Amino acid sequence: MRQPLRRRVVITGMGAVTPLGNSVMDTWSALCAGRSGIGPITKFDAADFETRIAGELKNFDPLVYVSKKEVRRLDPFIIYCLASAEMAVADSGLVLDEPRATRTGVVIGSAIGGLTTLEKEKEILSRNGPRRVSPFTIPSVLPNLGAGQVSIRFGARGPVNCPVTACASGTTAVGEAFRLIAFDYADVVFAGGADAAISPMAVAGFNAMHAISQRNDEPQKASRPFDLCRDGFVLSEGCGILILEELDSARKRGARIYAEVLGYGATSDAFHLAVPPPGHEGAARCMHAALRDAGMTPSDVDYINAHGTSTPLNDQYETEAIKSVFGEHSSRLAVSSTKSMTGHLLGATGGVEAIFTAKALETGILPPTINLDQPDPACDLDYVPHSARRRDIQIAMSNTFGFGGVNASILLKKFFE
Amino acid sequence: MTLEEKIIEIIVDQLEVTAEECVPEASFINDLGADSLDLAELLLEMEDTFDVEISTEDLKKIRKIQDVIDYLKVRNVTWD
Repeated sequence: MRQPLRRRVVITGMGAVTPLGNSVMDTWSALCAGRSGIGPITKFDAADFETRIAGELKNFDPLVYVSKKEVRRLDPFIIYCLASAEMAVADSGLVLDEPRATRTGVVIGSAIGGLTTLEKEKEILSRNGPRRVSPFTIPSVLPNLGAGQVSIRFGARGPVNCPVTACASGTTAVGEAFRLIAFDYADVVFAGGADAAISPMAVAGFNAMHAISQRNDEPQKASRPFDLCRDGFVLSEGCGILILEELDSARKRGARIYAEVLGYGATSDAFHLAVPPPGHEGAARCMHAALRDAGMTPSDVDYINAHGTSTPLNDQYETEAIKSVFGEHSSRLAVSSTKSMTGHLLGATGGVEAIFTAKALETGILPPTINLDQPDPACDLDYVPHSARRRDIQIAMSNTFGFGGVNASILLKKFFE
Repeated sequence: MTLEEKIIEIIVDQLEVTAEECVPEASFINDLGADSLDLAELLLEMEDTFDVEISTEDLKKIRKIQDVIDYLKVRNVTWD
């Protein structure tokens, strides 16, 4: 039997489109400046909705990345994947020639896939009948077609997968991609998440669950993780894709290395479809699992990019879970929720937050939690309030949790030879 | 604009080909780079534009531009 080996995995490229910018660079500078990407919904007339705000992309031109024909045929979540993947590949300098292409995988998660297309085509179906439905409906709706189209576009012929773990999808994707490389199933993987679900059905559905903020008069203050006046998350859209690569492969081609992926944890609450259990034991076990996977102890961690959704329960229970894992060390930890600025990108959130965590390690800048004007007494960690902080950090964690009680954490390390 | 010109305008837009490539004998799949989904979408667009319903039987017979021209011509279609 072949001996199990475990190879080192590094991040060599990143691409993103978010409500804060149409590239990693623009998004990161907005994050460090503490800017909010939230505004009134413009994608549809939201006048009758309880929530009329969201985090939409701004001035994103799909024609930079796809043809006019593809704009018509691809759901926006797929176009965001192609745009982010193209930026990530360019950033990595990777050429997918043979035999590398056959050893290159794609793992891009999505929570809802092509919901916007589904709604549009359902209207055509109701109004004009079944023969009027586009032949591109199904290939736009399937969540794995983000990963599928990226594999087709770039010729990546290794394992292709799409974790659908609601708001944890992006982190699950990065974690599973990490394992594909660590255990020698692939040498390179496009990893991340995408969602473009600012649609009437999504807003109505989340409103019915009382899950999203209704602070319509102050959109930029609506996402306020850990604040006493938080009233739900803010629905956002976008995509974040990282190029994960086996260390020797990256070294051989002299690639720039942003950070190393050290560990991945995945657990489940087995409790409730949308509510975490008090103390969020599942999240605590998940952080422990990532630490154990990496061979690290809690005191090794400097920074956590929290799930921090700005919902009343998540922020309190995630805080309790962090305290239970990190004990005394939690007072020395810096914890921030970049969702205070980006809003919640659903399945894309794990992709973009893995990028933010890698940037924090690379640059020594911790993005803040904005709108933390009146901290909830139950949320008593150092959340890097209001403005970014310079701090040279070595090891950082990114948490995301999803409906269904699914939890995912990854652990990244500043790269040293 | 003649019917032929209108048909070619739609093909150019949908399949991202040039008007010069759109000779009557051009096959959608062999000459214009379409796949079966492209062709299905193109014919949906023809149905919408010319307000006709092409039966499944007839759809299967359409292979080249001339087939579309012939089909629409005998039906005296109009468009906006």
